[in-house]
Amino acid sequence: MNKIYLVIALSFILVGCSGNWGWYVVNPTTEGGYVNLKFLLSGLYYTILTSLVAIAISILIGLIVALPALSKNKYLRGINRFYVEIVRAIPILVLILWVYYGLPQVAGITIDVFWAGVIALALSDSAFEAEIFRAGIQSVDKGQYEASHTISLNYIDTMRFVILPQAIRRVLPALGNQLVYMLKMSSLVSVIGMEELTRKANELVVTEYRPLEVYTILVLEYLILILLVSAAVRRLEKKMNTGN
Amino acid sequence: MSSNIDNQIICVDKISKFFGSFQALRNVSLSVNIGERIVICGPSGSGKSTLIRCINGLEQQQGGKIIVDGIVLNDSPESLAKIKSRVGMVFQQFNLFPHLCVMDNLTLGPMRSKKITKVEAESLAMKYLERVRIPEQARKFPSQLSGGQQQRVAIARSLCMEPAIMLFDEPTSALDPEMIKEVLDVMTELANDGMTMICVTHETGFARGVADTMVFMDAGEIVETAEPEKFFTKPETRRCQDFLNKILHH
Repeated sequence: MNKIYLVIALSFILVGCSGNWGWYVVNPTTEGGYVNLKFLLSGLYYTILTSLVAIAISILIGLIVALPALSKNKYLRGINRFYVEIVRAIPILVLILWVYYGLPQVAGITIDVFWAGVIALALSDSAFEAEIFRAGIQSVDKGQYEASHTISLNYIDTMRFVILPQAIRRVLPALGNQLVYMLKMSSLVSVIGMEELTRKANELVVTEYRPLEVYTILVLEYLILILLVSAAVRRLEKKMNTGN
Repeated sequence: MSSNIDNQIICVDKISKFFGSFQALRNVSLSVNIGERIVICGPSGSGKSTLIRCINGLEQQQGGKIIVDGIVLNDSPESLAKIKSRVGMVFQQFNLFPHLCVMDNLTLGPMRSKKITKVEAESLAMKYLERVRIPEQARKFPSQLSGGQQQRVAIARSLCMEPAIMLFDEPTSALDPEMIKEVLDVMTELANDGMTMICVTHETGFARGVADTMVFMDAGEIVETAEPEKFFTKPETRRCQDFLNKILHH
């Protein structure tokens, strides 16, 4: 939590600086500043929603893609390698643009800004989730599979009740990191017009011509959000470890 | 070994097993009757564990055939599933599920594969926890138990599946000396109740007291098979004599 005090202290130092700063744009004690600040913060809703929906979908895809990697069948393993290599090779920004502008034409469907952003973020993150799950599942001792075999569990039950609960505990810190990464990457969906934090900041800069102050607030918004999420993830981790 | 075919519950016929170019089993045959207690011993790497792991399908043999309780072990999932349900196994490293409490370790198999209710599974679990004499540990996690207690939970977990045959793969080798007895006592009781057992172990006291048949393996082969009294006092083969000298006189 000390980091949060540091952020607050830092923001006071910035406010205190004179010179080229024009803090009136976001000064909550004036009416105009208050409206602007509220406008900037209203982007928080889509930043959080997009990230949460995207990470949930990406964990699901990641898990599905990770399972064939553990197969003895080389073709199944090949499918996993193919997916992971292809998806990792595409830059997120490029994927966002393609899903929003390209996919509707190819598939003959309409995708709104929100779902285009979510799908692109989820796809691009899913390759990393798949690698995390693969490593996590492989770290579970093979004796656990053998014990499951001797009590007649089938593959799905073995995964569901024995292997995945242990694997997920082990990959929890890595999943937390991916959520933080996702919150940061969600800023990229501003390019297709999703009204999240970065988009709001860009819009305000255009009307107020004060990029320094507006983007500084944007930095602080992400910083505080991510520090809070990191702290929550650490807490959850601790709780799961003591519950063992 | 008795060859009364009506009583036979396990028939291992000339099986071989390779790990890469290493041959772990060479034409091994073994017959087990209902209620028979077999103890397998031999130097490490002699194929003891591999043999019993083939019997419940944890390893696939190459060549030869295995029949358990009238079911031929082959590639079909049905035959493997049937054999799994007839054979219980206890491992050297216990292999308890660390994220589940003792009770959940015991009820998982019966509830998922026999489709019985939680209440039924829990009463079954308590019955076997009492049999291994740790009913009071039901709500603890494996990491909170001693090694001996963990191995007894593992035995109870196998018994909850109500198998016809129990396989023990060096069940006391990972235990501290003072905990070996509590596990052997449970195994002895099980033997006295008429359970068909194959135990890979070097516990000679247990073997003398419990085994109907001793099997000595070396280099992937069954070298000698005899009743315990004869096995320990007058072993026929040189390899078996050497081995017994090493484990009995130190």
